[in-house]
Amino acid sequence: MDELKYNFAYLDEQTKKTIRRAILKGLSIPGYQVPFSSREMPMPYGWGTGGIQVTSSCIKQDDTLKVIDQGSDDTTNAVSIRNFFKRVTNVQTTEDTNKATIIQTRHRIPEIPLVEKQILVYQVPTPEPFRFLEPSEFETRKIHALKEYGIMHLKLYEDISKNGHISTSYNYPVLVDDNYISAPSPIPKFDNPKMNNNPAIQLFGAGREQRIYAIPPYTKVISLDFEDYPFEATKANAVCQLCGATDSYLDEIIIDNAGGRMFVCSDTNYCHNNLLKKIYNP
Amino acid sequence: MYVAVKGGEKAIKNAHDWLAQIRRGNTKISEIKISQLSEQLTLSVDRIISEGSLFDRELAALALKQSRGDLIEAIFLIRAFRTTLPRLATSKPINTTKMICKRRISATFKDIPGGQNLGPTFDYTHRLLDGLKGPKNLVIDTETDRAEDLDMPKILDLLNKEGLIEDQIDTLEEPIDITRSSIQYPTTRAARLQALSRADEGFLLGLAYSTQRGYGGTHAFIGELRIGLVAVNVEIPELEITITVAEIEVTECETINQFTGSKKELAKFTRGYGLVMGQCERKAISMALVDRALRWKELGESYQNVPTQNEEFVISHCDNIQSTGFVEHIKLPHYVDFQSELELVRKIRSQQMKD
Repeated sequence: MDELKYNFAYLDEQTKKTIRRAILKGLSIPGYQVPFSSREMPMPYGWGTGGIQVTSSCIKQDDTLKVIDQGSDDTTNAVSIRNFFKRVTNVQTTEDTNKATIIQTRHRIPEIPLVEKQILVYQVPTPEPFRFLEPSEFETRKIHALKEYGIMHLKLYEDISKNGHISTSYNYPVLVDDNYISAPSPIPKFDNPKMNNNPAIQLFGAGREQRIYAIPPYTKVISLDFEDYPFEATKANAVCQLCGATDSYLDEIIIDNAGGRMFVCSDTNYCHNNLLKKIYNP
Repeated sequence: MYVAVKGGEKAIKNAHDWLAQIRRGNTKISEIKISQLSEQLTLSVDRIISEGSLFDRELAALALKQSRGDLIEAIFLIRAFRTTLPRLATSKPINTTKMICKRRISATFKDIPGGQNLGPTFDYTHRLLDGLKGPKNLVIDTETDRAEDLDMPKILDLLNKEGLIEDQIDTLEEPIDITRSSIQYPTTRAARLQALSRADEGFLLGLAYSTQRGYGGTHAFIGELRIGLVAVNVEIPELEITITVAEIEVTECETINQFTGSKKELAKFTRGYGLVMGQCERKAISMALVDRALRWKELGESYQNVPTQNEEFVISHCDNIQSTGFVEHIKLPHYVDFQSELELVRKIRSQQMKD
């Protein structure tokens, strides 16, 4: 068989329309998980098929796409997804957060503040913030419908009584628009405050679980906490050993057999720009 | 000091090159042809057809070759291709009563109208390896006669004449298409059967076994198992005619299960149903057992808290493309989240050491 031809951005236009409808519904009801008919994509579930379908449905010829995984443009899966979109759309891609119109991400929000007209697409493994408290989808939909949100606070309280701290360090639950409790996807809680009042559109795609949800620009997003145990956006207590940044989320890299380690920015584009600034304006 | 923050692109290319090379194997041995796979590894191809939900032997064989024989990988290739295909028409329901059977057996009656027909089955073979020269194949030149005019009534319909088994009632509802909308729970039997028909064979087999062994109780008899060709018909509204667009092979299993009844209603047997594309007998039987177990509520049975009575558990976990994706995705980089856990554990430990 000869090379098969695919539509622009892989999905057919009919499918894109149904996904766009789900996105619009999600934007109209911030934080609400909209069921959608997720398709099998040419990457496995768990590799970001939800995010890829959202990006496919939003992307236009004149967009500039950035794809990151763990904050980096060069992790294997980010490379693979970027190459996929190059192949099926031929749009411009970039590593520069400022130049991107669509940023698809797994596990991070870029350090450089986003602006209006940018779209941040999150890849989401488990869209239901209550899933590990209640395995049944039938039950969790009721929890949201009735706003019976007490068990989440109870869980956080039990954390504190057991460990002295809230022991959720990523995928830390948020309250969107004072209404629905949502999963921010597995970003470190360091990134949670960036979701609040963000000028960009934030879209969340969960392919395997067939859900899309959204946070419109300038929406209030609060991380759940208690008055006496306020939310803390934590990171490693160190500075980046490449660019010297003190305000960025850090990866810890083991550098020798003795367990020696160094800390570097997880957001590689942010780190790179800082280094350039140092070189040109020492 | 060197820190590997770049290199993903090159690593991927090298991995793909190596994969292509290892797939070919020793070049002194001739390369396997797609037609050889579709003709000689027919049951692998059938499983790819069934779980990939696309009836195309050639594409299934291509997928088998491309995946180095990894069936779930092959099924995945087919699914990803299938989802891009346009929907030209919706066929009418296939009529399995009119199946041209190559195998048709009933375990509930010694003989049946139309006859018991073993067909090409492993059932009574001795599982002895045939020696290194391979199995002794039989070559017959002529095509097998198509016994199109043979009357092979459905065994369960015969029982139904006496009112001994529950009626199949058409709800007349348009069934949802699980590939076009997401399943909401509780769902319908039609949606469940669609999901089970493309479900992972191994998962269904294990569930079916559990209901037989004691986690639940389906107590099934195979009323009838038939494998053969059925016509796929499409109605052309403009011309008001129905035409046959394809002929596909399917496996159908109808089980006869424990009876129900009450003071108001006479005792009667109940049904489980399995229908799978291709020759996939193990899967069709498993499907019928699981279908029957999932019908507990409709048939007024008590809840025994077993996996096969929980439709959300069965249906949300039966798809191997979803399962393999989520299970295997944990090999992708997760170091950002791990880092946040590291910080937290260190913090808790330092607090504990102070106390």
